[in-house]
This record gives sequence, structure tokens and C-alpha cells, in this order.
Amino acid sequence: MGQTLYDKLWHSHLVEQRDDGTALIYIDRHLLHEVTSPQAFEGLRLAGRQPRRISANIAVPDHNVSTLSTERKAGLQALPDAVSRIQLQTLDDNCAHFAIPEIPLNDPRQGIVHVMGPEQGATLPGMTIVCGDSHTSTHGALGALAHGIGTSEVEHVLATGCLIQRKMKNFRINVEGQLAPGVTAKDMALAIIGAIGTAGGTGFALEFAGSAVRDLTMEGRMTLCNMAIEAGARAGLVAVDDTTLDYVRGKPFAPVGDLWTQAETWWRTLHSDDDALFDREITLQAIDIAPQVTWGTSPEMVTGVNGRVPSLDEMTSDTARDGLARALDYMGLSGGMAITDIRPDVVFIGSCTNSRIEDLRAAAAVVKGRTVAPSIEQALVVPGSGLVKQQAEAEGLDRIFLEAGMEWREPGCSMCLAMNADKLKPGQRCASTSNRNFEGRQGFGGRTHLVSPAMAAAAAVTGHFVDVRDLPTLAQEGAA
Amino acid sequence: MQAFTVHKGLVAPMDRANVDTDLIMPKQFLKSIKRSGFGPNLFDELRYLDEGQPDSDNSKRPKNPDFPLNFPRYEGASVLLARENFGCGSSREHAPWALVDFGFRCIIAPSFADIFRSNCFKNGLLPIALDAAIVDDLFKAMYDNEGYSLEIDLEQQLVLTPDGHRIPFEVDGFRRDCLLKGLDDIGITLQSEAAISAFEAQHAQRFPWVFQTLEV
Repeated sequence: MGQTLYDKLWHSHLVEQRDDGTALIYIDRHLLHEVTSPQAFEGLRLAGRQPRRISANIAVPDHNVSTLSTERKAGLQALPDAVSRIQLQTLDDNCAHFAIPEIPLNDPRQGIVHVMGPEQGATLPGMTIVCGDSHTSTHGALGALAHGIGTSEVEHVLATGCLIQRKMKNFRINVEGQLAPGVTAKDMALAIIGAIGTAGGTGFALEFAGSAVRDLTMEGRMTLCNMAIEAGARAGLVAVDDTTLDYVRGKPFAPVGDLWTQAETWWRTLHSDDDALFDREITLQAIDIAPQVTWGTSPEMVTGVNGRVPSLDEMTSDTARDGLARALDYMGLSGGMAITDIRPDVVFIGSCTNSRIEDLRAAAAVVKGRTVAPSIEQALVVPGSGLVKQQAEAEGLDRIFLEAGMEWREPGCSMCLAMNADKLKPGQRCASTSNRNFEGRQGFGGRTHLVSPAMAAAAAVTGHFVDVRDLPTLAQEGAA
Repeated sequence: MQAFTVHKGLVAPMDRANVDTDLIMPKQFLKSIKRSGFGPNLFDELRYLDEGQPDSDNSKRPKNPDFPLNFPRYEGASVLLARENFGCGSSREHAPWALVDFGFRCIIAPSFADIFRSNCFKNGLLPIALDAAIVDDLFKAMYDNEGYSLEIDLEQQLVLTPDGHRIPFEVDGFRRDCLLKGLDDIGITLQSEAAISAFEAQHAQRFPWVFQTLEV
């Protein structure tokens, strides 16, 4: 019997299988950031332990950094929020103490850990990759086994180089055919979550397959795998192909010469065998996917932009009715209203889901030649890394955003989780390219609608949600 | 880690599905570099009427009178009764740290998110998944009976109700062992040091590029 991609990654990292069903899995790469690591380092210190393999680790500050260029230029010591300053300083101190490589705050390679990893070639196909952040699933786009861990596990990986795991089940999600123009990997991810629910992937490794997935760029695949956790799955995966290898080749930490040749031979085996068995499998048709907009407080509360907010009388159980009533109340929406009648106050383009160059290009293509609607109080564009920022500036995207009345910020997690100063005010409504629309996620009392970069940009210039396909970009008009 | 053998405690409700870790422990408290002290901010956005900050004096903040954990009848609760997909979202271990710091030792729900469940076990907090219908019955019994308590026997894998029902539950054998003995994972894994070293040597031969030093 053949193996799935997940099976291959699992077996190639299996140190020890125990009788009780748990296993010891070797970890190739461990990514660290300032929020979930301090208590782990403290644990190491208290136990008198050292990191087992220094070269497995790489750290970067991202969650809690300022995105204002004035504050960034002034350096860490000038950061007004003392609690944040201590946390960022603690990462620097811990990395220095334990000799762990760290990309510092104002290095051009600094960025969101899940943007930096693939961009630097620090995360590669075939690796086991962990990080104290649930969106580590992003790196599965490279054909790697990547998932989030808690802080106790961060300490465990530092100390032992391994993780205690129980093998997950295999779930393949096929998306066949071609996405319509204007429909993106983000819409695919949200449509999948809408189909299987936020707990649909619990206990599974999700493999995304089918022609529409193979047609995605690496950026698109990262967006898709990023949101596997929003479907309840710790890990998302896409098989290695030429798109993967073309992306990885030439990255700073990618192998070269004979090592590349050796690596490529292994990487090309990283796909599910034709006769591999999956515990669950579903197939979606790409053509059925419209641009998606979430209307509620869970990513599964999602519909196409031309849809409506559901009504209480459509609910079949008390729990569902209560959940919908609470979500509508929190979101300030009424059942049955058209999605296109929802008017955001804020637009956020960024996060580990959608802050890569392709995302910024898509947003800029919509914004170009237009201005932000008067009702929009703030429109933030936050590139995923310093290198993404440089590339965008080289292409003139920053000018397009600034001329439209948007803000062009320094890289970081920013308003996706709103740990820093970038957050919604109570009651504010946001069109956001991030990954979670939970209550309070983007700020106390804030209301989040998850969308693609193009859809966020379209909402920014029109003042309400609109089908981006009805809003021709200047580029498309020129081509027509 | 605090061992868990038998625990009897007052039950409190968190009666909604898909409770995420942002709701359990909002992001502004994640700036702390400590492991303790999160209890007063557990479910912060539901428990208080204002927006809490890491330096707030929580004793002076207005409490939400409609939030069950603020009801006198649930004061001192150590067993949390919840709905499906409890703990979804972020991997923040601050969520179980806050639950433990508040005084919870056990959570009963129809299902849990994977990372959260794993984080619970590492902090002496026992997540018990029971049939949705059974959880529903427990909710009803709890609402109907002030002072409703449950006894959880991990050794026998039983939840014992006040009216004498014995509800069996499943738990990962390894996790059960660690909880019963209060063992931490790192000590256990380090006993396999020889196996790890042998694997690592062979792994480095097979995938040498993985072991390249990262010069930043």
C-alpha cells in the first residue's frame, strides 16, 4: 500500500514508536518569536539545560513589534510600551545567552516568522518544522510537516530536539478546475472552512490537492496551508512540484551544488502515492468558489460576496441558534442582510496569511487610480517582511497605496492579533486579510470580516463589500 | 507539574461552542514573560465590562453581572463544563495557564482543539471529551442544582455524578500516566537520549542540508 505525503514525512522523522501509541519525532527546524518563548527559555535556565542543537533554531521578533517607521527607527529602547519593550528585549537576551541565531528588529530580513522562514530558505521541503504559533501550518506549502506548538513544547524542542506526538489521520481536500479571475487562495481557504467547519480538520493532517491547488503560486499555497488551523487541523500540506523547487532554489539558506542535487532527489518523492489511503477525502470545484467574506465570529461563518447573512429561522438546533444570535449581536448585523451592504470602517492588508508580494500586488492592482472611500477611517498596509517591503517599493506599490490614502507600515503581525498599537476601537468594523474573526481578536469590541487582499482593497475604495470581479482593475481594462 | 489522581470540585459553565483561546486569554496579556498570574484575566472580555490592560488593578474593574463565572454560586469552581471545539485558534499556552491559575483542574466538553488539548495536559489540567448528549445532560443537572459538583477519577477514567452515575471517559494512555505521576515530558524524552543521538547521526547523513549552520 502506498503512503500519503504526511506518512512519508512522519516516517522519515520517527525516532521512536512507543507501545502506548505516542512517538518521538525529530524536529529539523524550530522557529522562535518573542511571545511564546520567554517562559520556555526560563524553564531551560531553571533546569540547567542547554538547547540540544543550536542550528535547528532561528528567531525573529514579529508579534509585538511597532509598525510605525518613526518608532522602528528610534530603536527598541525608544518603544513607548514598556511591557512590550521588555518582551522584545527578552528575546534578544535569550538568543544571545543561548547563542540562537536571531534576525534582529531592524534587519531587512525581519518579518512575520511565517513569511521570513520560507523567504530565507530556513524552512525547506521535507523538514519537520515547529513554532510556538498555530499558523506554523503555513510552511506545509513547501511539502514540509509544519505545525504550531505550545510553550511547554517549545521548551521540549529546545531541550531534546524532538516532540512527543501521536500520528494524525490523513484528510485530502481536492480542489479541481480553475479558479475564476479575481478569486484567490484566500477564497479557496475560506470556502473549504465553510464546507468542513472550524473543527472539520481536528485530528487530521490536511493535504490540499487537485488542479486548482497545483496551479497556485507558492504564495497562494502558503495562504491556503496557513488557514488549515482555522479548519481545526494542526498541519496543512501541498505536494512538492516544480513550483516548489523553483521557489526554494537560490534562497539564502537553501542548499547549493551537490547538496541541492541530493536534496532535490528526496524532495521529488514528497507527494502522496497513487494508491495511498486517506481516512477522509472531499472534492470541491474551483468554479463554484466566489470571493468569500466572513460575517460572523468564527471563520466558518462565511459566504460568497453575493450572499446574505443567515437568519435565525434557518438554524436547526438551539446551540446553532444561540451561536448565530450571539455572533449577529457582536457583529452588529441583522439576519438576511446582503454582504454587499456591510460597510467597514477600517481596512487591514497584512498578516502571515496575506502579506506577501503577490498579495500586495493584488491589492495595489485594485487600488491603483482610485482613492480610499471617505467613510474609511483607517486603511493599513503592512508588508510581511522587510524584503517584501523593499520589493513592493521597487515596484512602486507603496506609492499606489499612499496616493490612495492608505498607510504603508513596517513589517510585523500588526492588526491581525493587535498585540501592538495597531488595533480596532470598540465597535469598529474591519475588512481584514488576516485569519481570525474571533470576538476581540483585532481589538476589544472590534468586528472582523475576513477577505482576500483584492476584496479588502475593493472595500477600501468603495466603502462597502463588493464583488472584486465587478470592479475592473486598470490593468484589466488596459488589456480589454 | 501537579499530579492529577482524583479530583472533586464545583462545576461552572462556559455555555457556547467554539470558545477560542483569544477569548480565554486576550492578546494584551501575552506581553508577560511569566507563566503565572493570568487567572484574574481569564475570559477577560466576558468577565469585565471594560477593556483590561496588563497593568490594570482588576479588583477595581467593573464586572459583567451576566457572566456566570461572576455568579456567587460558581465561586471556587474547579471543573469547567463547555461545548464543542473548546480552545480553538491560537496555540498560546497562556490559555491553560490562565485556567489553572484561576483554579480549574478539569474541563469537560464534547470536543477540544488539538493544540489546546495538548497544552492542557502539560499543565496538569485534564480535558475530558464526552458525548455531546452527556455533556448536555450535565449542563442541565448543573443549572438545576446549585452547588453541583463532579468527581473525576483519572485512575479509573470515570466521571462520578452526585446522583451516582459513573460516566467512563477515554484518555491518551501516555498523557494519563504523566498526569497521574505528575511527570514532565522533557525528563521522559531525555531517557531516550541514546535513540535520539543514533537517529540524528543517520538523519544527518541522509539530509545533511538540514544540519547547515544558520549564519544570520
